Formats: sequence, structure tokens, C-alpha cells
Amino acid sequence: MASVGSVLLALAFFAAAASAVTAVVWRHDDGRVALARRGVYAVFFLLAACIVIIEVSFATNDFSLNIVAEHSSLETPMFYKLAAMWSSQEGSLLLWAFVLSVAASLALYSTRHKLRDLVPWATAVMMTIGAFFIGLMLFAPDVNPFHVLDPAPRDGIGLNPLLQHPSMMIHPPMLYSGYVAWTVPFAFAIGALITRRVDAEWIRATRRFALIAWTFLGFGLLLGARWSYSELGWGGYWAWDPVENAALMPWLLGTAFLHSIMVQEKRGMLKVWNSTLIVATFSMCLLGTFLVRSGVLQSIHAFGNDTVGPYLLVVIGIVVIGSTLLLISRLDELRSPKRIDSLISRESVFLINNLLLVGLTLVIAWGTFFPLIAELFTGNKSSLAAPWYDKYTTPLAVLLVLFTGIGPLLAWRRVTWASAKRVFRIPVAVAALTLVVLWAFTDAAHKPWALALFTLAAFAITGVLQEFYNGAHARQKISGGSFAGALFAVTARNRRRYGGYIAHIGIAVLLIGIAASSSFQTNENVSMKPGETRVVDGREFTYVRPYVKVDDEKYTIGAIVRVREDGKYLTTLETSRRFFRPTGAAATGGIADYMAGEATTEVGLKTGPLHDIWVTVAPNVTSVQHQLARADKGFKKCVAAGPGTPAQCKDLNALMRAAQANPKLQPKALETIEHLQLLSAEKIARQYVHSNAAATFKVIINPLVMWMWIGGIIGLIGALIAVWPSRSRRKGALVRTEADELKEAKYREIRDAELDHASGKLSDEDYAILDAELRKEAVEILDTVGVGAGTASPRPGRAGLPSDWEGGNGNGSSNGNGHHPDGDGHTNGNGNGAPGGPADRDR
Amino acid sequence: MSDDVDPSRKRKIRLVVALSVAVLLAVALIYTSFSASTEAKEPSQVRTTAPGTKTEMNGKVVPGSIKQVGEGIKFEVEDRDGGGALPVTYTGAIPDPFRGGREIVLTGAYEGGKFVGEPESLITKCPSKFTTNASESASAGSESSGSNG
Repeated sequence: MASVGSVLLALAFFAAAASAVTAVVWRHDDGRVALARRGVYAVFFLLAACIVIIEVSFATNDFSLNIVAEHSSLETPMFYKLAAMWSSQEGSLLLWAFVLSVAASLALYSTRHKLRDLVPWATAVMMTIGAFFIGLMLFAPDVNPFHVLDPAPRDGIGLNPLLQHPSMMIHPPMLYSGYVAWTVPFAFAIGALITRRVDAEWIRATRRFALIAWTFLGFGLLLGARWSYSELGWGGYWAWDPVENAALMPWLLGTAFLHSIMVQEKRGMLKVWNSTLIVATFSMCLLGTFLVRSGVLQSIHAFGNDTVGPYLLVVIGIVVIGSTLLLISRLDELRSPKRIDSLISRESVFLINNLLLVGLTLVIAWGTFFPLIAELFTGNKSSLAAPWYDKYTTPLAVLLVLFTGIGPLLAWRRVTWASAKRVFRIPVAVAALTLVVLWAFTDAAHKPWALALFTLAAFAITGVLQEFYNGAHARQKISGGSFAGALFAVTARNRRRYGGYIAHIGIAVLLIGIAASSSFQTNENVSMKPGETRVVDGREFTYVRPYVKVDDEKYTIGAIVRVREDGKYLTTLETSRRFFRPTGAAATGGIADYMAGEATTEVGLKTGPLHDIWVTVAPNVTSVQHQLARADKGFKKCVAAGPGTPAQCKDLNALMRAAQANPKLQPKALETIEHLQLLSAEKIARQYVHSNAAATFKVIINPLVMWMWIGGIIGLIGALIAVWPSRSRRKGALVRTEADELKEAKYREIRDAELDHASGKLSDEDYAILDAELRKEAVEILDTVGVGAGTASPRPGRAGLPSDWEGGNGNGSSNGNGHHPDGDGHTNGNGNGAPGGPADRDR
Repeated sequence: MSDDVDPSRKRKIRLVVALSVAVLLAVALIYTSFSASTEAKEPSQVRTTAPGTKTEMNGKVVPGSIKQVGEGIKFEVEDRDGGGALPVTYTGAIPDPFRGGREIVLTGAYEGGKFVGEPESLITKCPSKFTTNASESASAGSESSGSNG
């Protein structure tokens, strides 16, 4: 199996390298470009086969493979066996390459009828990166996933118990997929720069990949935070650790990118900025991968055994320098003659938010790399702790929430004061009310940043809810039906816009959770004996009783804690510390092994909408350890059956001697010994329970932290709505061309303007001007691309214009579709919407 | 700004203002980071620091050295490549992975021949997914990990 795997991996390397070369050398030959694309599919199938081989080896306990022997064992549960692959460095690299092959295959499949000149270069970029990662596994020391051990061990080391948590198993592939999916927009951006096709085509072709990458990365971050909070016994979810920062930075830059590409799509502006952002985002992804492995910075994530760091550094250098030179050489093409019309417009708010996000990234990057910078200048390795990060990131986050709230309320291009006042009235009133209520009735006044964040989050959420209401209301006016139905329809037909809004709500809610839990948290260590009570933050915590559980795998020492609030019973929590017996080479076979392995803390957690009560126990186990060590000595004496030992010891001694002489008896002897050890350990456990020993408890009262997770999930749902393909796209995805994309983009703009007008963001005059401009641009596009050029279906009407555009007077309000928020064709009289018009298109 | 200002001049002014703000912020960032940072030292370097100087110590817990003392613990930390073992006292929460042979980061100060850790500042490096190998497990396995406060 291993040799087959090695061959497949080598073939994948060859296919990736050959695809990259073929795509570029024969880029003008359609047949060869298609061949290169098929080469990418081949890489996908070959790497999938490699993964299957490794997974089968894990499932069947094939410890001859080093990767299996080091990350699995006979006792490892099947779920963790199957997920253990990416616990290893080599498995992670294989996953990296595999996810890249999936993303590249999807991207090339979806663009196989468009971007003809750009695609070969994108193929080459993606496959060069792919070949690099596959090459690492083949040629770098110690990272070949098919490395064979000879002789094969009988059992493996097993997966670290701390990592045996469902979210820990999903978290790495999520982050990886996030990192890797950014390769697609990066590769197409490079292709666009090389071929000087710097319009928005590459963005339209890869926007979905950027959104998917953003979603995966965000979800990966959220899962990591959740695991840290509920599994690692420190009670926090974010530590500003370099490895955490390494994942946050590309996510922040990616957020900026997702917003600024809209400006390029709609206005043809910010081309240099977008190209720079995608290069920076992708470089950050590589940098994250590098930080995780190189150990160059002190991190609580200690991923030693570094063999790939230097290679990654070289690639990062090539990506950054190469892309920068390419960008500089294309500056003339990238410059846009257009300027932002007004400071009060959506694009200018996007620009401000972009600057804030980039500023935030720069602050975090500075903090992350400060140890290296400090060493360079002072010779000392100094580092920055959480308070430093908080000092800079908090104000930036507060400003971000402010502009996140303002953005959706403004229309593109221009906004008049009158319409601005109209849409801002309610959100500002709600924010003011929030401020007053929090100031008067809570402690928030003592924490000005938290107060500002709550107020602005209220503003942002209300603004978005108002958008939903206005959109649904306008639709209901036209097509009747229930409000809920209208709300659903307007969201379903404008997924990109409303999905984005939902993501905004999610982020605002998430930040409320972060602000509250970090500003108003109570965190105390209390020592209690069984039966004692301590008061923390007005709540009574009673250490009801200790308990101990012993099984073959672990020794669990726990505590039952009762919590009372205002004299009334609130909840009973169970918290424990588990000591896992080491396996394999680490095991000594003695009773003391019970407490010699990895330890994990099980958190007692009472989650609620207002606050979480989080309790962990740190039992004083010195006496237990002493007794286990003493029992070990006694047991050895017993097995030796020296003078004065009881009769049972003589029987045991006889059994051991018999087993030595007859191997067939060995399993029975082993079973007997393990049983006696377990009995002994259980006896010691009972003694601990009756010893009345004090234990130290860490008690945390975390206000509103639940909303952090809820906000994250809302954000995820929003992103999924935004990324979900429309019906027309699902049906026509295979035959879409650039002409289709271009027209749709313009239709979308027209519909956006209609929505903005209908929801009161655009005045009648502004809308009339804007609509006329957009329609003129649409006609120009149709004239340029020609009727049906590359289109899948014939378009009704003159010159490819949708029928409801004919005779359009450029005003939009007087032809009956001005207040037509979803343009679904109800007003054009044919009842089915004009195919190809803004009517039935995904927005 | 009034409408009669030349648009390109307006843009230039905006650019200058924005750049000035960015430069000011960057200077503040750099200045505060140097003053707020904590020096990271290995145990052998810690011995040479002035008593009471706040230091972040990075090192490896000496196997077999962890002892419970009242509410806290004491143990020894050595340089990552061995040697320079320094006694340490610490009170507060102990991370799950803390045990002999593991790398730790502890903030505190060198006082009276030992390193006194600040409460709640002990960080133990995640027992890496990537470094689990027989030799590490064996050395860790020889050390009892239950020395909790």
C-alpha cells in the first residue's frame, strides 16, 4: 500500500508540474490548455487516492506506516483514527495539496468557457503551488506520508487526548481549506496582471472562492476559539498567540478584499488596491502555514520537528517579490480614471472600512513579529502581551462597527443629505436609546470602549434590520402576500446583498459577546474543602463532594459544585481533571502510570444568554500520587512473593513463573496483573474521596459570551446565503461566459439602485440620474458584446435588451419598474419575467 | 471644504492628511510596543538580570522537579538545550499540558536566587500534534503531571 501511495504521490507531482508548464508554454493552443486543465483533475484524483490509502491504513491499524504509528493506536476511537491524518505534519501537507487540487479543479471547470487568455496563467500559478507542496512531501526530510517503519511497531503512540475533541478534528481542515481557497483568487489575479486583463472579470470568476475561503477561515477561527474556551482549562478563547494571529490576519485582509472588489465590480475603481490585497491575503496564508511549522516565534502552539519552514519562506519571498514587481509593471493599466463621486457614498465607506481592516492587520502583524523586530534592534527577544494588542485593536474594532453600520445605509455613487437623514433616523435613535439605557442601568459607563461598541453595534444591527424591513415592505407593496413571504423573497432574490447584511449582524453580535465577556468578566481562584462555600460575584459556590473514576484508560478526579444565586438554587456543575495512562513506549506498566500521562481538564459550564458560569477544578493530587507510587512498590514485592507476603501473592508469583515458561499463559497473567492494579487504583481513589482534601477551583463569570458563538453562527449563515448559487446559475453554470457575467453584473447594479430607491436610500432625482447612467452603460455593454455573444439562450427584445428595458426612459420610476425591488417581472406584463433581464437574475 | 477648491488639490490635501495620521499612528505603535514589551529570556540569562526586573522566561521544565507547596507549586526550569536549571515558584492555574520536559513561558522576576512567577501567567506549550514521538512521550511519561495547585 505504501509503495502504491508513493507512486501516486510522485505521479501527482508530475501531473501538477506538467500542467503548470503545459498551460504556459502552449497557452495559445486550446487543446493543450484543456489538457493542462485535465492534468489538474488528475492531480485531484491522485491525491484523493493517496488520502484513501492513508485513511485505510489508519482504519486498519497499519503501524508499518510512520504516520499511523505516530498518531494512532489500537485504542484510538475510529472517528479520531480517521481524523488523525491531519494531526501530523505530513498529513497536513497532503491535505493542503488535496484541498488546493479541489479548489483548482472547481475554478478551472467553472471558467473553462471564459477568461481564455487568463486561465492558462492561473492554472500555472495554482499548479506551481500544488507541485511545491507535493514536492515537499516527496523531497523534504521526514514529511513523506508514506514513510515506512521496519519493523512495524505492534501499537502506535496514539493521538494526544487534548486533541480528542470533535471541534479539534474539524478546526484544522477548516483553517486549511480557508488558507488554500485563497489560492484561486490569487492565481486569477496574477493571471489578470500578466495578461493585462485587469477589469473585474477575474473577480467575478473567483468571488465565490474568496467568499468560501473567508467562510472557512472564519469558521476555523471560531471552532479554535470554542475549543480553547470549553476544553483548555484557562477559560479564554483568544490569547493573541502568533499562530492564532496568523489565521486572523488573512481573514481580516480577506474581509477587506470582499468589500473592495465590489467597488471594482461596480465602479471599475481600486484595481491596484484589490490586486495588492489579494497578494497580501495569500501571502498571509502562506505566512500562517509557515508560522505554524517553523517555530520561529514563541507560541503556545509548539509545532516543532520543523523541516519545511525554510522552503515555505523561500516561496513566500517569491510570491511577495514577484507579485510586487508584476503589480508595479502594470500600474498604468491598473489606474482608474474614475474617482469617488462623494464622500457620503457606499464606496467611500468601503474604502474607510478597508483602511481600518488593513490597519488592524498591520497592528496585529507588528505585534506578532515584534519579537523578531526587537531582537534585530535590541538583541533581546521581547514580546507583546494581550494588553498591548487590546489597546490598539479595541478602538479600531469600534470604528469598524461604526462603518459596518453606515455602509449598508448608503447607496452607491452618491447620497443626498435628505435621503441620508431619512435612513439614519431610526438606527441613530436606537443607538442613542441603547447608550442612555446602558449608561443609566448598567456598569457599562465604567468601560467606555465597551459602551461605545454596544451603542454602535445597536446602530449597525438596527440599520441592517431596517434594510430588511424596507426591502420586504417595498416588495410586499408590489406583489402582495405576507410580510414574511416578501422578506423571504427579497432575501432569496438578492442573496449576495442580504447574505452580506446577515453576516454584518453576525459580526456585530459576535463583537458584543467579545466586548462584554472581556470587559465585565469575573475570574477568581478559590480553595475549598468538600462542604465549603465561597461567594464569587454574588453567587454562592459550594464544593458538594469530590469523586474519582478509574478505568483502563484514565484516572478522573472530579468535583461536584452547586451554584446558588440570590439564595436560590441555580445549577450543579461537574468538573474534573483526567489523567490518561500513557501507551506504547511511554508506559512503564506500573500503577503509577495512572497519573503519569497527559492530563486534561473537563470544564463545568452553565451557559446562558446573560452569562456563562465556568468552573474548573485543580485537585491536590500529591497524596494520590504518593499512594500510587507506594502501591507500585508493594505490588512488585507481592509479585516477587518474598517472605511475609500474603498467600495471594504466592499464587500470583506462581502464575508469573508459569507464564514465563509458557507464552500461552501470558495474556492471562497480564490480565490478572491489570485487574489487580485497577483494584489497587480504585482503593486509592476511595481513600482520596474520604480524605476531605481541599481543591482549588477557577471560577469565571462570563457575561454575554454565548452571543459570541451565536454571532459567529449568524455570520456563517449570512456567508452561506451570499455564496449559495442562484437557480439560474445552478442551471446555467456550465455555459456561462464573460458576456453573461458582464451583463448580469450590470443588471445587478440596476437592481441594486432600484432597491436603494425603493428603500428610501436614493432620492427620486438621484435615482433618475443613476438609473439613466446605468442603463446607458448596459446598452453599451450589449452593443459591445453583441446580441447573444456567448450567451446560452436567445434574448428577447431589441439588441439583446430585455423586453422590459425597451423604451426605457432612463428614469425608471415612470415606466412602472422604479419601485420594483426584485424585478421579478410582475410589471412587464408577461408574467414570467424577461429572461436575461435584471428580473430573474441572481443579484 | 468649499467647492471652489481644485479637485486634484483637494485630493492631495486629503492624501497628506491621511498619510500624516498614518505616520503618527505608526510612530505611536512603535514607541508603545518597545515600552510595553516584556523581554524573553532563558533561565541562564535570567540569572544575570537585575532582581525584580519583569521578565518573560522561556525554558523547559526539569523532569521530576515539580513539587506542591501549599497553594502553589515549585519546579525547575532549564534552557531549551539543557543546563542553567533555575528554581521557580508559581501560584495560580496550571495549564493542562504542564509537566516535566515541556516548554513553558512564565512571566515574573528573578528574586533571591529563584524566579517568582506572576499568578496566572504560566503558559505551557501545546503538546504538539507534530512532535509527538516516542522519545518525548517517554521523557514526559517518566514525570508525574498531577502537581496541581
